[in-house]
Amino acid sequence: MKELKIFGIVVAFTLVLYWGVEPFAHSQMHKHVEGDNLQYSDLKPLKVKGDAKAGEAKAAACIGCHSIKVKNMPAPMDAMASSAAYGVNPPDLSLSGALLDEKFFAHFLMDPAGVTKSKHFAMPPSAFSEQDAADIVAYFKSIAPKEVTAKEAFEFACSRCHADRYGKLTQLGDEPKTKANIKTGVDLEALEFKKNLGTYQNKLADYMGKLPPDLSIIIRARSEHFLHTLVENPQSQLPGTAMPRVGLNHEGMEKVMSYLEETGDPSKPLREETGPKVLLFFLVFTALAFLWKKSMWKGHH
Amino acid sequence: MANNTKGRRDFMGMALGGFTALGGIGALYAAKRTWDPLPSVKAAGFTTLDLSNVPEGVLITEKWRGKPIFILKQTKEMMSKVTDKTKKRLLNIGGDYYMVTVGLCTHLGCIPGYVPETQDFLCACHGGRYDSTAEVTKAPPPRGLDIPPFKIDGKKVVLGEQGPEYKKMLEDGITLPV
Amino acid sequence: MAHFDENAKPFSHKWLNERLAVDTLQRVLSTEYWIPKNINFLWAMGMVLAATFGLLLISGIFLLMYYQPNVNTAFDSVNYTIMSEVGYGWLWRHIHGVGASVVFLIIYIHMFTGIYYGSYKRGRELIWLSGMGLFVAFSAEAFSGYMLPWGQMSYWAGMVITNLFSGGSLHADGLVEWIRGDYVPGQAFLNRFFMLHVLLMPLLIIGLIVLHFGTLRIPHVNNQDGEDFDFEEAARLYKEGKVKESKVIPFKPVFLSKDVFVMGIYFIFFFYLVFYHFEFAMDPVNFDPANGLKTPAHIYPEWYFLWSYEILRPFPTDPGLMAFGFAQVIFLALPFLDRSPNVAPASRRGLFKYWFWAMLVDMIVLTFMGKLPPEGAWSVIGLIAALFFFVLWIALPIITSKEKKL
Repeated sequence: MKELKIFGIVVAFTLVLYWGVEPFAHSQMHKHVEGDNLQYSDLKPLKVKGDAKAGEAKAAACIGCHSIKVKNMPAPMDAMASSAAYGVNPPDLSLSGALLDEKFFAHFLMDPAGVTKSKHFAMPPSAFSEQDAADIVAYFKSIAPKEVTAKEAFEFACSRCHADRYGKLTQLGDEPKTKANIKTGVDLEALEFKKNLGTYQNKLADYMGKLPPDLSIIIRARSEHFLHTLVENPQSQLPGTAMPRVGLNHEGMEKVMSYLEETGDPSKPLREETGPKVLLFFLVFTALAFLWKKSMWKGHH
Repeated sequence: MANNTKGRRDFMGMALGGFTALGGIGALYAAKRTWDPLPSVKAAGFTTLDLSNVPEGVLITEKWRGKPIFILKQTKEMMSKVTDKTKKRLLNIGGDYYMVTVGLCTHLGCIPGYVPETQDFLCACHGGRYDSTAEVTKAPPPRGLDIPPFKIDGKKVVLGEQGPEYKKMLEDGITLPV
Repeated sequence: MAHFDENAKPFSHKWLNERLAVDTLQRVLSTEYWIPKNINFLWAMGMVLAATFGLLLISGIFLLMYYQPNVNTAFDSVNYTIMSEVGYGWLWRHIHGVGASVVFLIIYIHMFTGIYYGSYKRGRELIWLSGMGLFVAFSAEAFSGYMLPWGQMSYWAGMVITNLFSGGSLHADGLVEWIRGDYVPGQAFLNRFFMLHVLLMPLLIIGLIVLHFGTLRIPHVNNQDGEDFDFEEAARLYKEGKVKESKVIPFKPVFLSKDVFVMGIYFIFFFYLVFYHFEFAMDPVNFDPANGLKTPAHIYPEWYFLWSYEILRPFPTDPGLMAFGFAQVIFLALPFLDRSPNVAPASRRGLFKYWFWAMLVDMIVLTFMGKLPPEGAWSVIGLIAALFFFVLWIALPIITSKEKKL
């Protein structure tokens, strides 16, 4: 049938056009980077097993900079003071045992700057033998809560440098709810928070070289593969970057990605639910239209 | 005319048209939802008032859902003029009586002005008057100032939540829902 | 003198006829608007375009309820408010983005159908010219719309395209600043392109569509063989009931029924893209907020501009601008550069057949090269393809004047 042949030609040219402009061109613009499936192959497997009880005593030094909320241990300095002293705010360690790869965590304790592959890292080595490192890791694994939400994972792994304004999350925690003065409209509480945040961000930008980008919609600004390989090893996608390798395990990576999807693509569930219904509607519509066409054209051919 | 429309009903056409109309209804539903107030707007619908330092007889204005809220702690003089009926309009917090209402005239929405000399309200737009409990005393407003949903929490009042005292006010017809 | 029956019931058929000539309108515009029978589904592309424009208009109306044309809030008004807060906001945004891209696919199919079948000659020149006017208007509409989300691509496309107006060696920087309303794309720039996108260009497009339909009515639609037959005779046959013998069909309901079927198939394709495959229309680079201090590693226009972008790129500044200007207007000259009087499908027009397919392939090659980084083999191929474009246009009057009369 001639018309089918014409349709075939139009479809063929369209598909060729799509291929060249999208998959082919993008493959030429961005070279594919292979991930390591979170194996951290550059780090040697540990030769010893850790003991949580021994680790508890060895981890005592951590609260010199870090808080451990799950054990009701606060940090010695608040975020603003830490930022002024170190450039960034040391994370709370409650979730470290749940979200970090064990092998990575142990090696990290022995050589923070080297293992994170960042040029300058404020944290000094905190374990001086493999046994010490393994014990500390075992301790943190033992105190980590069983359930970790996506937001908690993001807060632990990312939010001291990266804000997520769509999630109302800043480097200093959740955006506070404040009330303006009814007579003047001035909201001193909000202004105070903004000032602190600005100070922190300025210090952070000095420390890192630039302000780490807000990750609200990063899930649509980069491919999932890019984000995965970037978080696994920032140097592989952005050579020379100041972003440290964080050492997430599979659960950590999954939870962080799902938070990014929460803020960057929240309509995904509804979109996936509505899609089939709309397509079904048009399938039936086309079938009815075809029958109408047949009835209108009867006797014309 | 085309022989296909001579006399006979165009059933397929009507079926197609009807089915398309169903799709149209779906699209209209999506359009209606697009007009809905945003979740952030609805979430901002709660305000907490702290009444512990409110002086007697002085009108305090707050804001709730973008609207002005009148707070008037009743003086002894005001309480002496209050009737059984108008007393039901007041919030009793620890023995003190407060008028807490939406400061928009129930006639057409202007903000009535407080007249300290006569301890009542005068709406400049069309001359309506309300007493210290915000009950209407002179037309044209059809009823007293509306009372917002509230919940008493010690010396604080949360506007936007429905406490038992508010629910009773609704039942007794003291106020209309806002 | 119009005759008004006092006894006619208000809003009845008779009453409306006396005042609005509804029966005559119906006859002229649909039930006795004769379309040749000898056509294929490509003849439905016009209505598909009208439907897509309608989708863009409606989705645009809902986006307009929440979009904020301010450089500080534009990005979040789209990517936060509309995409996550507004009920079905994501749906309107996806329809609008996908629609803006797909409309150009259909425009190109529609345009090349016209070129293939010679539907730009013998009384149809104005249809072609008003159609090319629509292409330009849609291009301006697409460009101005792309500015609005104020992402990285919005900003840098705005920067680069307005820089074109400096005219190369002319250094008309004052003109560029006047267009922008500022030294760089900023608030003034965003607001005026918002005005263009939301009011001026849509009005222009609607006017041109009316003109396009008007220029089509008298010459009538072309047919697959380019045959110039007697419409009056064919209409008479049809009205007598000899629908099989007649060479025409009425627009309504016969042509319309096939039109609607083609649209149904189109909508399945369209909404599949809206729900499952939209990244090509909403490029990731534009999901980074605009940053005047950082150019993205790869900037490129939307796919439908790539062929003319590639005509600009391989040449030095001034020749490049002239080539680019030429490419924008040369299609308008088609009815006058084609010296052959034949109205027939390209397959029957000797050398013109090769000209057609060469043009189509050349534009696709230019499109590919426009997206690829201008390096190595790609830039060589791009230069050859750009030069070939000019060769084709210079060759057209020559080969068509030699064409045997059919």
